[in-house]
Parts: sequence; C-alpha cells; structure tokens
Amino acid sequence: MTFDELYAQARSNWEPLYDSQITHVLIGTATCGRAAGSMAVLDAFRHGIEGLTNTVRISEVGCIGMCSYEPLVIILKPGDFAVCYHHVTPQLVPQLIEGYIKGDDPCLDLALGTVAGGGSEAVYIPELERFNHETRLLLRNCGYNSPLDIDHYIACGGYKGLDKSLHVKPAAIIKEVEKSGLRGRGGAGFPTATKWKLCARARNKTKYVICNADEGDPGAFMDRVLLESDPHAVIEGMSIAGFSVGAHRGFVYVREEYPLAIERLKTALEQSRQKGLLGSNILDSGFDFDIEIVKGAGAFVSGEETAMIAAMEGRRSWPEKRPPYPTESGLWGKPTLVDNAKTLAYIPLIMQNGGLWFADIGVKSNPGTVLFALAGKLANTGLAEVPTGTTLNTLINDIGGGVRNSKQFKGVQIGGPSGGCLPESLLDTPIDFDSLKEAGAIMGSGGVIVMDEDNCMVDTAKFFIDFSQRESCGKCTQCRIGTFQMLGILEDITKGNGSLDGLDNLKDLGEDIKSASLCGLGRMAPNPVLTTLRYFRDEYEAHVVEKRCPARVCKDLTAYYILPDKCEKGCDHCVLACPAEAIFSDEKGLKVVDQSKCTKCSSCELVCPAEYNAVVRLSPVSLVPGDRRTRPETASKESK
Amino acid sequence: MNEEHDLTGILTPERRNRAHLIDILQDIQNGHGYLSKAALLEVAKFLDMPASSVWGVATFYNQFRFTAPGKRPVKVCMGTACHLAGGQLVLEATARELDIEIGGITTDHEFSLERVACIGCCALAPVVTIGEQAYPRMTPTKIEEVLVTIRPAAPEKEAGTGSQP
Repeated sequence: MTFDELYAQARSNWEPLYDSQITHVLIGTATCGRAAGSMAVLDAFRHGIEGLTNTVRISEVGCIGMCSYEPLVIILKPGDFAVCYHHVTPQLVPQLIEGYIKGDDPCLDLALGTVAGGGSEAVYIPELERFNHETRLLLRNCGYNSPLDIDHYIACGGYKGLDKSLHVKPAAIIKEVEKSGLRGRGGAGFPTATKWKLCARARNKTKYVICNADEGDPGAFMDRVLLESDPHAVIEGMSIAGFSVGAHRGFVYVREEYPLAIERLKTALEQSRQKGLLGSNILDSGFDFDIEIVKGAGAFVSGEETAMIAAMEGRRSWPEKRPPYPTESGLWGKPTLVDNAKTLAYIPLIMQNGGLWFADIGVKSNPGTVLFALAGKLANTGLAEVPTGTTLNTLINDIGGGVRNSKQFKGVQIGGPSGGCLPESLLDTPIDFDSLKEAGAIMGSGGVIVMDEDNCMVDTAKFFIDFSQRESCGKCTQCRIGTFQMLGILEDITKGNGSLDGLDNLKDLGEDIKSASLCGLGRMAPNPVLTTLRYFRDEYEAHVVEKRCPARVCKDLTAYYILPDKCEKGCDHCVLACPAEAIFSDEKGLKVVDQSKCTKCSSCELVCPAEYNAVVRLSPVSLVPGDRRTRPETASKESK
Repeated sequence: MNEEHDLTGILTPERRNRAHLIDILQDIQNGHGYLSKAALLEVAKFLDMPASSVWGVATFYNQFRFTAPGKRPVKVCMGTACHLAGGQLVLEATARELDIEIGGITTDHEFSLERVACIGCCALAPVVTIGEQAYPRMTPTKIEEVLVTIRPAAPEKEAGTGSQP
C-alpha cells in the first residue's frame, strides 16, 4: 500500500471519532492515571454506555501531562464543545453520562475546561493559563489520540516524515537534522546531526540504532509518558534514523519498571509491521528496518551509552572508555547510533516541517522545546513542554502553579541525581543547555523537583548521593569510594556530628570525583552536593554549628514536642497512634513525648486533630523544655 | 523451598547465546518470582558460562532477587518526589507494621518488603504498591491502616495451625 492510501484509510477511521460524528469518550489510562484510579472509571463508562454503542465510543488514551488532575476524561460531542473533566471517579460517571452524553448539561462543576486543537495542531485547554507558555511538539498527541490505534497517529500527520525521508537521499535527511540544530535530549546536549554523520560514515554493512528510554532518574517520567501516550513518534524517528545511517535493526532499551510503556510499545510495533511501516521493503522503498524491545534490568548507569551496550550484550552494565565511540564500534562491535527517545521523537516533525522550522523555536544555540517532568511541592505536577529559553520562573510558577499549600519556595532540583539544586535567586535562568550548566544543573535527562520550606537541603543532597553511591557500578575508584565517603560525611552532618572541615572535604571530594570518573554518572554525581553547598551553605552550617535542621527533617536534630497550651487532655489520639509507647500524660493530663523513647515516626503529628495542632517539631532538640523531656522517675518502675 | 524450577520453556535453543542472559534471567524471575541457586546453575550450564559470571551479572542489576517474594510484595517508592514527601517515614512504618526488615518476608509468606527507585507516579507521592495495587499519598498512619485491612485475619491462621495434629 502506498502512503497516500494508508493515510486515506487512517483518516476514514479517525474522522468519525474526532470530527463530530459520534460521541467519543477519551480516558487517560497511562500509569499515573491508573494509579489514580482511571481503570475503574473506564469500567464505569463501559457499563454506563451499554445500549449506546452505536453513538458513543470509548478510547483509552495516554497522559495530557496534568498528573495532579487524574483521572482525566475528555468527552467529544458532535456539534458541541469537547470538555475535559478532572478527578473523575466511578461514582461521577453516571452524572457525566446522563448530563453530557445523553443530555445537554456539560457538567461544568466537574470540568477543567474545553479542549481545543487536535488533528494537525497540538491539543490544549484554552481556559488554562499554562498552555499560553507551552509549545507542545512531543506532547501534541498525548492524552488525545489513542496510542493503541496507529490510524490515530497516521491521520494526524504521523509517518509522513518517514514517507518523505524515504524519497530523499540519507545525506539530505542528515542535512535537514543539521539545519534544525537539534541537540540530544539525554543530558549531554551533543549535536544530533554530528552523531548521525559519524555513524553514516562508518564503513560496515551491519549497523544498529538504539533508542535510549532507560529513564533512571528517580523523579523523571517523560520517556514513560511518551512511550505510553505516543509510541509511534519514537518508532518513526528510529526508522528515519535507521534509513539515514544505513541500519536495518533497531532496539528500544526501556526500563523493566515501565510495564505499560513496554506493552503499548509492543502493540505499536505490531501495528506498524501490519501497515508495512516496519519490516522489509517499507512503503515500497526497498528499505528494511525492524525494531526490538530490550528490557533493562534496573541499573542507573545503563543510561550511559556504552554501559547500555554492555547490558544488551548480556554483561554487567559497565561503561567503556571512549573513543572508540559507539558510532564506530558499538553493539557487538558494529557501528551503533544511540539516541534518547525524546530526541528521536522530534525527527518526524523535523522531516515534515523542515529543519529551519525547528531551528526557529526557542533559542538559537539549542533550539526546540524541552520536556520536563514536574514533581515535588508544586501545585500542578505532571509534564510540561516549553521552548528553550523559557525561564525557570515561568516553568515553575506559570505552568507548575507555584508551591502548593502556600508554603515558601526553597529550591529546585533539575536533572535528578546528576543535576543541581538552584535557589530562588536563579529562577530567572533561561532553560537551555549552557545557562543551566553554568548554574550547576543539567537539562534534558531529568525531572524538575521543587522543594519548599519543609525540605532540608542537606537531607536532599544526602538522598541523591545515597542514590549515586548505590548505583555506582564500581569501575572507577573515585566514584565508587568517593561517593561512599561523601555519604558518610553527609550522614555525620545530618546526625549533628559534622564539622566545618567536613564541608571543605565534601567540596574537594566532589571535585575529585568529577575529574576522575569515566562516565556521566560519576562525573555528575557530586552535583547535588556541590550546588547545595554553593547556594544553601547556611543550612549546612546550621546543622554543623548549631546542631539545628532549619526544615526540621533530620531526625537526630529534631524533637517532637506537644505544646501544653494547645493539648486537649481528653484526647488520646497521639497516645494510641504512637508505635513506641513514648507518649504519656503529665499530672495535669496533658500529653508529653518521652524523648528517650521517641522514634520520630511523625504519627503523633499526623493524628493530632487539626483544631488542636498541638504537636510541633523543634530543632535543635535543646529547645524542648527540660521538664518535659522524659517521663519523671517512672522509667525505672516500668522496666520492672 | 522448592529449588527445582522448570526452565524448559525458557532455555530454548535459539537463546543459547550470552546476549540473551539478562532476558533469560528476567523470564525466570517473572515465572518463579526469584532466581534460585539451582536455576542460576542451570543457566550457566546452558550458556556454557562460569556460574560466577552468571552470578556477577545477576547481582549487578537491581531487578533480580534471590529469595522468594511474598504472595503480595510490598514496594515502597523511594524516588525523589516520594522521598521529599516523607517516603522514608512511610518505609519505616511499613517495616514496623509488617515486623520485617527491608528485603525480608513475613513468616506467613504473605508480604515481602522492598524499596524501589521510582515507579514514575511522582504526582501521587509518596506511593506504595502492594501486589498490583498502587496506594497514593501515603503517610505512616495511612499505610498502617491499609496493611491492617488487607492482612489475612490472624486468628484464623492460628486456629488453622492449632488444628493440625
């Protein structure tokens, strides 16, 4: 079948659903939606529309990027508005069916807004301010078109880029990518076209393309959403890459922890093969290309290209010295192109619209958009896609909605364990590879995690070093032992045993690890510590000098204390909740925490009724009044 | 207990290549819940590799476990967002309520406890998964309630063992 025939067929399947001929219910069933209960909502809709199957259709879709509003449902109604509903539960489904599907009531009390765009345009919700700041290229179909039906992708311009590519010379494609100025979105920001040229130039009949979807940052989920919501964009990008460099086999290396992404990718690959868009003689061009899925077994270091290749060869995931680069000698010694999933997903758009179109988006030195996972203490957690050059301020406040529960913003970690932590004073930093690098963070691979006044920066730095230390593959001494030592120093600090010399040692060790490690994991592992030392040194010093944790997070420096003037003596919530039996009543019946028994599990604080709010955390622990620290003289009695 | 896992469907001739080592181990673990010593030895023989190399690869990756998991594995997410939202306290509360250590299993083999790096549901932090079910926005007290409700009734168990001669 020619591409035009495929397209015509896809349009005839897509148009009735999306072009106001039939009521179409879209339910977001990506992993985040499922965790929020969307499968039960899907069941409720399926039951609810029995008997209406001629006029109503249901599609499972991916994620529109607004995780904090899940489960999300979009109802497209012929001749009426398309409406997006949030926090839908099975109990609300009958109301939506009676109200908007059968009746004319759009149930505005449950609605987030109307839905605009779709087709060749990116989907957006005009009522939400955040969409004014976003440019959605990778997210254009996410949460709207079904990832389970290839026709949805084709009908909205999908595989046009591949068809176009197959009609030109590989060198012309690489030229187009070069014009676009695209830089790899895996974190390092290497120019994509340069890598492609090197691989195309390598002389070997057998070459491979690897899509890196081993999203190891514990706090990032962009690749997962992309694979769950629009897997064909990645497949199409890989096929174009394969044709450009002369490869016939591709691999998607994806985390085993993403079972739904793997399942949806598998479905997409099968459908591509059925349509003749993968396999032999693709679209009658004579080009053969197919893609296999390789499941990563859980190792952060596997995100590094040479370590990934080692894992694919059945070895321990140890990085190798470069050169030779994989483009010269990669998987099984053959020239191999390794690109990030997001990088590859831009390629179809670049081929469709031209490199110059892409080069015009964002800043000149690294054009295009950046896809971020927003998490932490933000009001709107989820995904956001902004042009490069957008400031962190816009990303965090205008799109992310700022810090939730009117707490005070403290810092933002960009790039996960390899990234850096930036303070409020740097929120005007534009998002691009070079500006962020200068500030100590990285762009591309990681999530954006916002911290508020309740988060301790030393504890956060310790968390990341603990992660890097566990995940260090052990090959380079500085990374293996250095991160372990840094963790030890940080543990001392959070326990109140730190010294100011220790802070200098942290900095020196960090610099050593950076300069003497082979791969990105090691070279960037000290970043969270070095940036927090640079921007939040006062917090470190409070821990060391005053034995005080300003955020009252570090257990050894914090005490739970019950305010006598707020405690309601008749209420026993805290006593019952305490797993350590550390809370007793004083002679007046007021509750007191026995500091010698308290395990600082926070249960008393959680159960103390809001109208009393009597449990507080104090730091340093010396703030607890001397007469309310332990149970007077009864301790010995009890132990008998 | 039973280390004699049947690997016939997994160790097929076309996989007799070292490149398949990791997916072979993944298939064994998916089928049997963990990698037993006997299974690892059989894989080594099948691929003609030293057993120590198979062990070296298996222990390198976080996914693999070498003891049987509980019927309902409890996984506490320790990703960044979960950590910042108090995941450590949730993990400690879970360990306390189940009365096992991280990596351990309850005596009735019902629950095992693991910490996992990130399950990608950062917007719902802190998250705990029990079996296939995800429990969003946990606190130490909430996870205790969840475990108390889903735990099989203890008295029945005791009656059961008591009735055995």
